[in-house]
Amino acid sequence: MNWLTQLFAAGRTPGNRVLPFVTVLFLVTTLASMANLMLPESSPLHVSTYTITLLGKYLSYAMLALAVDVIWGYCGILSLGHGAFFALGGYAMGMYLMRQIGDRGVYGNPELPDFMVFLNWDSLPWYWLGMDQFWFAMLMVLAVPGLLAFVFGWLAFRSRVTGVYLSIMTQALTYALMLAFFRNEMGFGGNNGLTDFKDILGFDLQSDSTRVALFAITALMLGLVYVLSHLILKSRMGKVIVAIRDGEARARFLGYRTDRYKVWLFVFSALIAAMAGALYVPQVGIINPGEFSPLNSIEVVVWVAVGGRGTLYGAVIGALLVNYAKTRFTAIMPEGWLFALGALFVLVTLYLPKGLVGLGGQLAARRERKAGKATHQEAHS
Amino acid sequence: MKRLLAICCYCLGLLLSLPAMAAEKPLPTELAPLLSELTEARLSKAIPVLDALEAEGGEAVQPLFSYMLEGDLYYIKSSRQVIAVSEAAGQETFIDMLSGAELTPLSSREIKKIRVNNRLRGHLRDAIARLQLGSESASVRESAVRSLLSDLDDGTLEAIRDARLNEPSSAVRDVMDMALALHRLNTAGLAVDRIEAIGQLEGSLEGDVRNALNRVAERDPSPQVQQAAFRALTGIEQKVEFYAFVDQLFFGLSLGSVLLLAAIGLAITFGVMGVINMAHGEMIMLGAYTTYVVQLLMPNFIEYSLWVAVPAAFVVSGLAGVLLERLVIRHLHGRPLETLLATFGVSLILQQLVRTVFSPLNRQVASPEWMSGSWEINPVLSLTLNRLYILAFALLVFFALMLLLKKSSLGLNVRAVSQNRAMAKSMGIPTGRVDAMTFGLGSGIAGIAGVALSQLTNVGPNLGQSYIIDSFMVVVFGGVGNLWGTLVAAFSLGIANKFLEPVTGAVLASILVLVFIILFIQKRPKGLFPQKGRAAE
Repeated sequence: MNWLTQLFAAGRTPGNRVLPFVTVLFLVTTLASMANLMLPESSPLHVSTYTITLLGKYLSYAMLALAVDVIWGYCGILSLGHGAFFALGGYAMGMYLMRQIGDRGVYGNPELPDFMVFLNWDSLPWYWLGMDQFWFAMLMVLAVPGLLAFVFGWLAFRSRVTGVYLSIMTQALTYALMLAFFRNEMGFGGNNGLTDFKDILGFDLQSDSTRVALFAITALMLGLVYVLSHLILKSRMGKVIVAIRDGEARARFLGYRTDRYKVWLFVFSALIAAMAGALYVPQVGIINPGEFSPLNSIEVVVWVAVGGRGTLYGAVIGALLVNYAKTRFTAIMPEGWLFALGALFVLVTLYLPKGLVGLGGQLAARRERKAGKATHQEAHS
Repeated sequence: MKRLLAICCYCLGLLLSLPAMAAEKPLPTELAPLLSELTEARLSKAIPVLDALEAEGGEAVQPLFSYMLEGDLYYIKSSRQVIAVSEAAGQETFIDMLSGAELTPLSSREIKKIRVNNRLRGHLRDAIARLQLGSESASVRESAVRSLLSDLDDGTLEAIRDARLNEPSSAVRDVMDMALALHRLNTAGLAVDRIEAIGQLEGSLEGDVRNALNRVAERDPSPQVQQAAFRALTGIEQKVEFYAFVDQLFFGLSLGSVLLLAAIGLAITFGVMGVINMAHGEMIMLGAYTTYVVQLLMPNFIEYSLWVAVPAAFVVSGLAGVLLERLVIRHLHGRPLETLLATFGVSLILQQLVRTVFSPLNRQVASPEWMSGSWEINPVLSLTLNRLYILAFALLVFFALMLLLKKSSLGLNVRAVSQNRAMAKSMGIPTGRVDAMTFGLGSGIAGIAGVALSQLTNVGPNLGQSYIIDSFMVVVFGGVGNLWGTLVAAFSLGIANKFLEPVTGAVLASILVLVFIILFIQKRPKGLFPQKGRAAE
């Protein structure tokens, strides 16, 4: 019971609004799922399966944004390569789904995925072994990106690579992975990636109920990750992390091993991103090396910037808003999207340093300043 | 070196223009009966006629033979006039061989082709080579001997031996000696003679010589000759390997020069302002598109377009850089991560702008003639001229920038601000203006890099994107605020990339280089040549 009171206490503390967030998420998920499954299609309140899948996709993006916010907003580490962890998680899930196809592929080979048959391979590469077991695949979803994040973070933070250097290194990381995954010899389907999934744990991926379930699971995981991130950031460790963001040298001189805090937070963030990737792939139905592209990773950063970094709900709101705008925009005028995205980058960094959620505070501060000026002038006259 | 290049260019041009020029020259009139005989002779009877033409006409009949070899020689049925029909850009021109005058177009029914078969072609080729042996230009004579190497027979050998006696150029004499030795190797009955011939051929890189030696090393009846040939071959192989190494080195240097051009602008903006301009790649792209536009504007002066494009690209990209600094970056002072994001946004906008204005497809930028072709040092090593020029150009830009930073007052200010901004400001240096100028300068150099790149690859909206990560790696590797570091880093990364490529493949090579830099940063976070100072972050 103790943790529950703690959770409620956490809900009351200002900053991350855990309770309202979880409540809204829970309500929306339940209502949308019920509206899809229970209402007939003719009803005006019916939510189509397409929308459900879209919502699920948005929520996994929101999780990715959360992962970036945890390290950027709270620790000042700007990662331009979080798409790499997302995509690695997605690939691990994709490998599992690929093995589930079995002999229903185009070539009907029970062992090998289609692209391997196409490349004339006679057996599975070693790293594909065991991926037909769900538990093992889920383990890999977390283990591979986690390990990569640990090695990369350990190497980078121990030698005090910070700021723009680190950002570019992370971008180089995802760029190198993209180049690697584009190669057919890597055994991950090359250019086309992994696709044509049939079912997950025996449930048909195309059916409405599976889609709703995936959506609900994504929402649940997002809620869990949100609460967990909040607890971590409110803990003693979280305080040190914010201290590192605001003055790393000072925190180090006070005796904190700042590199260790950063490494563990980086790994935690990578795990969230990997989970988001694993939830994303079955809903979208494809994973290809394009997910590794630096542009994707940097887009995530702009979601967080738009929503407001340093607040967990800001990241989620930003991800939902920007992705919704992207969906609408690319449908109306596809050429315009990059203009809009570019403008978003520039305008948000120039005028909204705290994002949309900080807009209220920004306006209030300005009003106060103006009022202060007015009284100042009155006093003089 | 430049002189040598100029000579090579000249010779190349001469070779290319030879048939066209000669076609204007009339043949001696006493050849007229022989020419009409050529139209009547059957294939088997043509050789004596050709020999007679060669004997009487000398060098003048060479274009005639060339046209015949190409199958472009015809005669007018009614008058038995021999004409050459050459086709250029879909238009046929008819030239009377005897007078050298251009004729009014004829229909295909009025003319008949003078037929050639393989035997005649071989004979013609030899005859042309023999005639070229008597040419006034040494390089023409040399290439004539080389073209004879593949099929030496007693007739051609005789010609070479004769020409050898009066040959003034030692280089041509060497090639002739090689031809003679090769022939001796192929035909000499005594093993001693063959071994001597092998001795003369040692160290030659000619493909024909290597083939002949290979053949001898395998099949010669005498084991001593086989051994000698084998020894000579190993020597040659070593030399070939060395030149292959030089070739790779050259490609590495070429990649390095491109990286240098792309990174050097980034290095100064990053050094002075501590911000990364993610739109730097797009400044390169703007430069490349400027070249494209300049060529569109002056389609008849492609030769000179680059001279216009370089300053134009500098101005276009430089202005874009100054605008970017004034409108965006200035307001984000002291927030490098935000600057990175904002400039990334700008790069997206610029890319999409180019896609909308031009097209998402790649554009081909023409190379002026003086940049195409290659400098052939020996049969196994030839360096392409455009890469050579770009290498020289990159070094030129580098040293010009170096001079600017060392000698001009702007350079002094730039160095002061990059070393200690606050101190520079309190000494009265207008840091804001220096920032804008630096940004303009860095972006302008990126524009120049774009001009150079347009000569190597196609110009497309994604041109810059592919260089931004690489050029940042160069800056990181070399150390911020040190141009020499950038130079060393660019060339070592370029060379490392090109030497890894054959071993691992291009993609894996770039991955390996990335991994290497990530590890390198561990050891030396400030790069190869860190800026001296005591700043504690």
